[in-house]
Amino acid sequence: MLFMKRLTLMALTAALPLLSSPAAQADALDDIMKAKVLKVAVPQDFPPFGSVGPDMQPRGYDIDTAALIAKDMGVKLELVPVSSANRLPYLQTKKVDLIISSLGKNPDREKAIDFTVAYAPFYSGVFGPASVKVSAVGDLSKKTVGVTRGALEDLELSKIVPADADVRRFEDNNTTISAFLSGQVQTIATGNVVAAAILEKNPPNRPEPKFVIKDSPCFIGLNKDEPALLAKVNAIIAKARADGGLDAISKKWLGAPIPADLPG
Amino acid sequence: MNLALSDLTDNGGLFLRGAAFTVLLTAVSIVTGLALGVLGAAGRRSTLAPVRWISGAYVELIRNTPFIVQLFFIFFGLPRLGLRLGSVEAAFLAMAINLGGYSTEIIRAGLDSIGKGSWEAGFSLGLTRWQTFRLVVLTPALQKVYPALTSQFIIILLGSSVVSQIAVEELTYVGSYIQSRNFRAFETTLVVAAIYLVLALLFKRVFALVERRVFAYMQVSR
Repeated sequence: MLFMKRLTLMALTAALPLLSSPAAQADALDDIMKAKVLKVAVPQDFPPFGSVGPDMQPRGYDIDTAALIAKDMGVKLELVPVSSANRLPYLQTKKVDLIISSLGKNPDREKAIDFTVAYAPFYSGVFGPASVKVSAVGDLSKKTVGVTRGALEDLELSKIVPADADVRRFEDNNTTISAFLSGQVQTIATGNVVAAAILEKNPPNRPEPKFVIKDSPCFIGLNKDEPALLAKVNAIIAKARADGGLDAISKKWLGAPIPADLPG
Repeated sequence: MNLALSDLTDNGGLFLRGAAFTVLLTAVSIVTGLALGVLGAAGRRSTLAPVRWISGAYVELIRNTPFIVQLFFIFFGLPRLGLRLGSVEAAFLAMAINLGGYSTEIIRAGLDSIGKGSWEAGFSLGLTRWQTFRLVVLTPALQKVYPALTSQFIIILLGSSVVSQIAVEELTYVGSYIQSRNFRAFETTLVVAAIYLVLALLFKRVFALVERRVFAYMQVSR
């Protein structure tokens, strides 16, 4: 009988952590605040969102966003470099608390993790100097637009472009950019990241945003069933959008402020 | 292997338009390039030293740089110097200048093969040097190098594919455009290659007809 008693006691003791653990794990926000460390998965091979600077430190739009969030939460920031293939597993195995890694939203990903509001614009669009008056696809009528043949921008733009627009399709990205910079085409259809990279070099022909062809902004990823953390990060992003903190990051890395239609 | 040539049947019109533009590009380049070549060759054998230097530099510059670089220079480089040519104009100019450089050297070789006697015959009739060149020496000189010239013309026909790089909508451009839409790279390239082959054979036929007309006076000796 004594043996049975001890066995029951042992079983109960063993089961105790199992019972208590869901309660302890339920709130990632609490864990972060307790540990005083925010672990964020960031890219290091995808400028201007994340790359390694000349000082060997990670830098970029995503890194600045991570720093902004950690600062607002009053915790230390720990950057975890990830690749685009392994960023979800890092989050799901709780090696990181957040993914800030130019992550786009799609239904498959939404089954696995949750997303905050968007924090960065990522889109294909038409760009051109201020002197070329274009604000919608219809305005391309009788204008030239350069695009890389077969690229996403080519396929999407070709569906909507007016018949009398002159779409010039070039062999590769560099040729398309050269055509724009040498003034051979008035506008260029490309990604906002490419346009930002051109702007950074201060060319005579400035590719400023005209209109969006296809939008797929970046969201911050976090584990499912973490309403407290989700609400907290959403609040921080909303505040940073209101006070210009996010605009400053966008201007620094993408050469343009956050577009007004970024899904908040 | 599976050939899905049926995926291309909708594109017949596009292929035709591309091929027609390739023919136009080639035909215009041949006429202008040949004229440049005759001028250049005359320049290389001019009595005026500066003219010889200029035509010599032209030949060396064109024959020792890649065609695509010449094309990019005209299309992307000249706008920096204030001369902006559209892609079609740039293509015509680049092809004419390129063919001009090569045909200068070919025609010069033809001129060198004409003996002093022809020149002296012209002078003894009271013709000037330029008249002798035009009326006496040029035709037999061209006749001698005609096979080399026509090979160069075929090279310029095939080389015209390069101007697809600056979005000139000729045959190669059309092929790349179609395969960027239907992802049938092999089939599309096969059709493009077949069209080039047919075009080259047609041009050869035309060159043979031209030879018979232009050099008719030589027929007896052949």
